[in-house]
Amino acid sequence: MSLLLLLEQTLNGIQFGVFLFLISAGLTLVFGIMNMVNLAHGSLYMLGAYYGATLVGLTGSFLLALVLTIPLALLTGMILEVIALRTLYQRDHMDQVLATFGLILFFNELVRLVWGAEAQAMPLPGIFDGNVEIIPGVPYPVFRLVIIGVGILVAVFLYILISKTRIGMLIRAGASNRTMVGALGVNIRFLYTVVFGLGAALAAIAGVMAGPILSVEPGMGEEMLILAFVVIVVGGIGSIRGAVVASIIVGVFETVGRSTLPDLLTMILPVDTAQTAGPALASMLIYILMAAVLFFKPEGLFPARTG
Amino acid sequence: MLNKTKLGFLVVLFGLLIFLPPFFEAIEEPFYLSLASRVLIFAIAAISLDLILGYGGLISFGHAAYLGLGAYAVAILNFYDIENGWLQLIVAIVGSGIVAAFIGSISLRTGGLYFIMITLAFTQMLYFLGISLEEYGGDDGINTARSFFGDWIDLDDNSTLYYVILFFLALCTFLSWRLVNSRFGMVIRGSHSNEARMEAIGYPVFRYRLVAFVISGAMCGVAGFLLANLTEFVTPEFMRWTRSGEIMIMVLLGGMGTVFGPILGAAAYLLLEDVLATVTQHWWIIFGPMLLIIILFAKKGLWGILPGKEDMSDD
Amino acid sequence: MTDPILKVDQLVKTFGGITATDHVDFEVMPGEIHAVIGPNGAGKTTFVAQVAGMLRPDSGKIVFNGRDISRMSAPQRSHVGLARSFQITSVFKNFTAQENVALSLQAHAGHSFRFWKRASTDARLVEPARQILADVGLADRALVLAGNLAHGEQRQLEIAMALATAPKMLLLDEPTAGMGTEESETMRAFMKDLKGRYSMLLIEHDMDTVFSLADRVTVLVYGRSIATGTPEEIRNNAEVRAAYLGEDE
Repeated sequence: MSLLLLLEQTLNGIQFGVFLFLISAGLTLVFGIMNMVNLAHGSLYMLGAYYGATLVGLTGSFLLALVLTIPLALLTGMILEVIALRTLYQRDHMDQVLATFGLILFFNELVRLVWGAEAQAMPLPGIFDGNVEIIPGVPYPVFRLVIIGVGILVAVFLYILISKTRIGMLIRAGASNRTMVGALGVNIRFLYTVVFGLGAALAAIAGVMAGPILSVEPGMGEEMLILAFVVIVVGGIGSIRGAVVASIIVGVFETVGRSTLPDLLTMILPVDTAQTAGPALASMLIYILMAAVLFFKPEGLFPARTG
Repeated sequence: MLNKTKLGFLVVLFGLLIFLPPFFEAIEEPFYLSLASRVLIFAIAAISLDLILGYGGLISFGHAAYLGLGAYAVAILNFYDIENGWLQLIVAIVGSGIVAAFIGSISLRTGGLYFIMITLAFTQMLYFLGISLEEYGGDDGINTARSFFGDWIDLDDNSTLYYVILFFLALCTFLSWRLVNSRFGMVIRGSHSNEARMEAIGYPVFRYRLVAFVISGAMCGVAGFLLANLTEFVTPEFMRWTRSGEIMIMVLLGGMGTVFGPILGAAAYLLLEDVLATVTQHWWIIFGPMLLIIILFAKKGLWGILPGKEDMSDD
Repeated sequence: MTDPILKVDQLVKTFGGITATDHVDFEVMPGEIHAVIGPNGAGKTTFVAQVAGMLRPDSGKIVFNGRDISRMSAPQRSHVGLARSFQITSVFKNFTAQENVALSLQAHAGHSFRFWKRASTDARLVEPARQILADVGLADRALVLAGNLAHGEQRQLEIAMALATAPKMLLLDEPTAGMGTEESETMRAFMKDLKGRYSMLLIEHDMDTVFSLADRVTVLVYGRSIATGTPEEIRNNAEVRAAYLGEDE
């Protein structure tokens, strides 16, 4: 296994981690602050991808598509919250799980109805297409670097938002002690809607950027959703910092694991077994990781909850 | 005891179910027999889930896995030319039970979102395992013959298969009914109501939940066994986590924490799926919001809207 | 000199930066009612939670009836004779009063891996449950769903459930919480009746209850035990007075 290949896979893992981070950030906040399990979050990611693909088709500009998707997704998220999800805050987790599960299937069908069942094309814009040599002799796709760049930007933006602004303070307080924030006389409903919208926008950004790399098709959100849940469980519910760390870990583990494990196994096991066990184990790897983390730190790496 | 209205309803229901095969034959619609068989199989799966979800309050995404395990027990043994139905059934039950014991021993130590995630994770793992086992069809799935139970029960006859399924449904319904009202059942229900209190009065809750988990998983394995016989084809898709979600919806629709609710729920869901699919293949666009409305306003499910007062401890 | 039935040695519990239980020594003599009082946030419920086994202390030892129970789980403690009632009513709302008590009895009637026989009509559980309900004055409410009982009745049910486990000692967390004067009177009379038959650790805010029932009183402030003595001694203790200034009930 060449070192350069390993490096490339690690970078891919970080880039994948960026997607996970963008999706899980909203998820962890919604669960941490509103105590709501939202299985439909993956659908917001999917919608983002579809908005992006459509806008690219309309405007011809990827950048424009990305910029326009943000308010669209914000709006979608907020409308969804007001119409459907707001009523679920008071309900127990079971109701939330079932209701949002229904929403996943609803959105998948909606997307099939509007756009059809085949994958949408989302061509990479010229300037992003192509490679750049990050180390001499190691070409790496520009677009993936851009994704990592966007990820860093968003992380910084969130950091500033959460630690330096008033809304951020409320978000932090809400994540660590929900009842207290209500007692502070803040307009809780508005805060919730904003948090939800923010999460939706972040997921949508991931969706737009994932479009050219992964397939834009119905059901694309589910795989990411589960991994996002793994991320927030590992990172600690309600914690953005945890989401950052965990998404990189999960992203790298998943990507590097999948590509190296089958080969690694051939070194210790007979080829037949390795060929069967390899992919199987690789897909289970991330859950084994989650179990291991939970075993030592049941609250995740950076739990935000204190009350 | 059951109040008169509901008892009456039950008699009518099972009476109807018994007469379905000759009826479908008479009107020459064999497809409906297959649909009815499917409904009954998922009713068993829903009953098994209701034990830990409706009564126990444990939101487990694991049942697709047990369905798959039971089905693969048939398919894999069949692959090795072991067609003996009794053996396949035992492997389905014991296999699902053992896996449930393993998953439960880990996941039941957690709660809340962590519990949900861990059960989901295990189901995913089994799904991926199924896909990667090329030997048994992998992604494409594997065909299987129906189980062999001797000359006196010929499962290749669809009506016979239907009656066998109906028998298991009646058995599981009855067992479930006894279970939830027994001392064991009271512990499971009490733990759902107030876990800390249960511990305080002296119950090691984990132990009881684990046993409930195993019983639930084993019963769902039976459903999987029957499903493989019905479809004669098994794929990892049986084990997708969304399948678990569908079974949960069946439990909800029929009425959580009721003995007969799951039957109604399975029927409602699968029939609705069938009916709405003729209207549009995008029937979830209608059903999604419907589900939300049901959750918000009709929590008690179909069983709950039947006339007749009942208190929770009776069924 | 008799041994205490409960002996707590240097119990410590911290949460993040807060010391909820600060090296507390505490004991209850057999048959005694030992009240624990203190201002809000003094750590009384945290203390009881550790004695009951719901919370693991950071350090310290708990000895009950001559046995070190520090490592025991809550269910295990229930089986060696420690029973608890909760500050916030914790009955099983969807079960009848009778089923609530029966469930407590059932926990101490061997294992519950019995899958067949109907529990709510089992005479071996129902008869004693009825009797216990009669003892606490809820005989005519036996078949009412616990969630439909009046608040005071639910508190009574709480105690009934604790008694059903045939304990040697009761941990009562604010039994008169949320009760009106008449209901509190009834509860007080009832507890007086229990006196001598059960040892009791009683957390209370209501001073009437404390002074009329308790043999001894311990005062907790910021997780520390600042004084232990008879009600009279405590009433006259200057430090206690200072701690309670403005905390009048």
